[in-house]
Amino acid sequence: MNDHDANEPPRMAIPHRDGGSPRRIVIAGMSTITAVVLLFGYHTSTQTSSASPTVAAAPAITATSTPTGSPAPTGSPATTGSPTTTGSPTTTGSPTTTGSPTTTGSSDTIGSSDTTGSSDTTSSAGTTGNSAAATSATAPSTVTSPATFTGAAASTRYGPVQVQITVANGTVTAVDVVEYPTSNGRDQQINARAVPTLVQETLQAQSAGIDMVSGATYTSDGYLQSLQSALDQAGL
Amino acid sequence: MGPVAGPPPHAQPLVRRVEQVMGFPVSLAIRGRHADDPPGRRAWAEVMASLREVDEVFSTYRRDSWIARLDRGEVDLAGCPVEVGEVLALGERARTESGGAFDVRRTRGEGTLGLDPSGVVKGWALERAAGPLRDLEDTDFCLSGGGDLLCRTLDPDGPPWRIGIEDPHDPQRLLATVPLQTAAMATSGTAHRGQHIVDARTGQVPVVVAQVTVIGPSLTWADIDATAAYALGPDAAAWLQTRTGRAGFVVWQDGTTATTGSLA
Repeated sequence: MNDHDANEPPRMAIPHRDGGSPRRIVIAGMSTITAVVLLFGYHTSTQTSSASPTVAAAPAITATSTPTGSPAPTGSPATTGSPTTTGSPTTTGSPTTTGSPTTTGSSDTIGSSDTTGSSDTTSSAGTTGNSAAATSATAPSTVTSPATFTGAAASTRYGPVQVQITVANGTVTAVDVVEYPTSNGRDQQINARAVPTLVQETLQAQSAGIDMVSGATYTSDGYLQSLQSALDQAGL
Repeated sequence: MGPVAGPPPHAQPLVRRVEQVMGFPVSLAIRGRHADDPPGRRAWAEVMASLREVDEVFSTYRRDSWIARLDRGEVDLAGCPVEVGEVLALGERARTESGGAFDVRRTRGEGTLGLDPSGVVKGWALERAAGPLRDLEDTDFCLSGGGDLLCRTLDPDGPPWRIGIEDPHDPQRLLATVPLQTAAMATSGTAHRGQHIVDARTGQVPVVVAQVTVIGPSLTWADIDATAAYALGPDAAAWLQTRTGRAGFVVWQDGTTATTGSLA
């Protein structure tokens, strides 16, 4: 709680201001003139980064030619049955729907929904399973059984979020949200859209070698936190 | 810490960290000398501390935040931390430069004006919070907060960070990828939060634009410009074209796209 009295001095004192002591301008309201004055006084902190952005190669933005087939992994936690207990990785005997390797020969690219299970040729994560993955296509029943890892339930302002991943041969083959907020109709509406989105993003990010995703991802509270803890358990 | 002859940052393992603040996840991808050592972990802690402090000052969800108290008239601007004036000044400049489409003063339920600088705070706060990361030697990083990000690559010949841009019509897909070495990127849209951006001139929700991404040297201005362009609706791409030193990527509701500017 920071229920400061109005007369108490301000306390946001992060010392990265260039001008030394804090400057204040006494005004009654927020007039345009005052705002402009303040702007000139404090604009420097927005220019502390490098003078010019650098991008690799010439075209800054490359549209991806993505096949639009229906994505296999859905937001519903249907693939692995009942959620496992938090913190205890369990090995499931039955392969998950998205996890079963299909063809390593196919050149899976962005958007192809079963990429990460079979080949990690373009993946930047989970490369330890390379050789195993190569053999898994022909004899899926003889290689390491897929294991599931359930992340810690992260509490958000919308409710708890919990993520489960399935790992085969060192690669994430499925991401399921085993718990997401359903506290009221509005939250449900928001999350029914947001959660499956993020699920698929994770798989795509792997297959495309993407480091970060830019988008309108405000309601992803908890998802990444839980996902991270699942990844941590899996040692990925 | 003297110079250490070691492999360049991009040749070293990538470390990821995620924490929640201000209602969204903050993600860090970091590689290089300080990726996972005490100075690096300290820098990450400082980033998060900075963002938490910003949240305490600016959150419109917290009744005790400075911005909420300013909005209620319980305190005047002079009594607020100087950062409040800084953010409001940025908002005022954005309002002017967007012809009034962007405004931190919103119309509330009963027609009264409310103060909501959220459109300025996020990018500004992330750029500001990244300071300790910039101070790390021989270390590359990409810092993202709820879909807006900034990244650094020290070696100009090193591999760029690869950033995916969501498809607002099918967020299960990436619509584009952008290789960035040292730059900022912000995306405004309504894919995950519903309609929350309005044209401040009319109070109407833009209908022809689905998502706007802006790339530039400053995350503060990339974020402001993305939101302002979105609010401008049909004028989004034309307006972005006037913003020098920034690149824009507009996705229209009909699925077509427009690219403005260039950083090459």
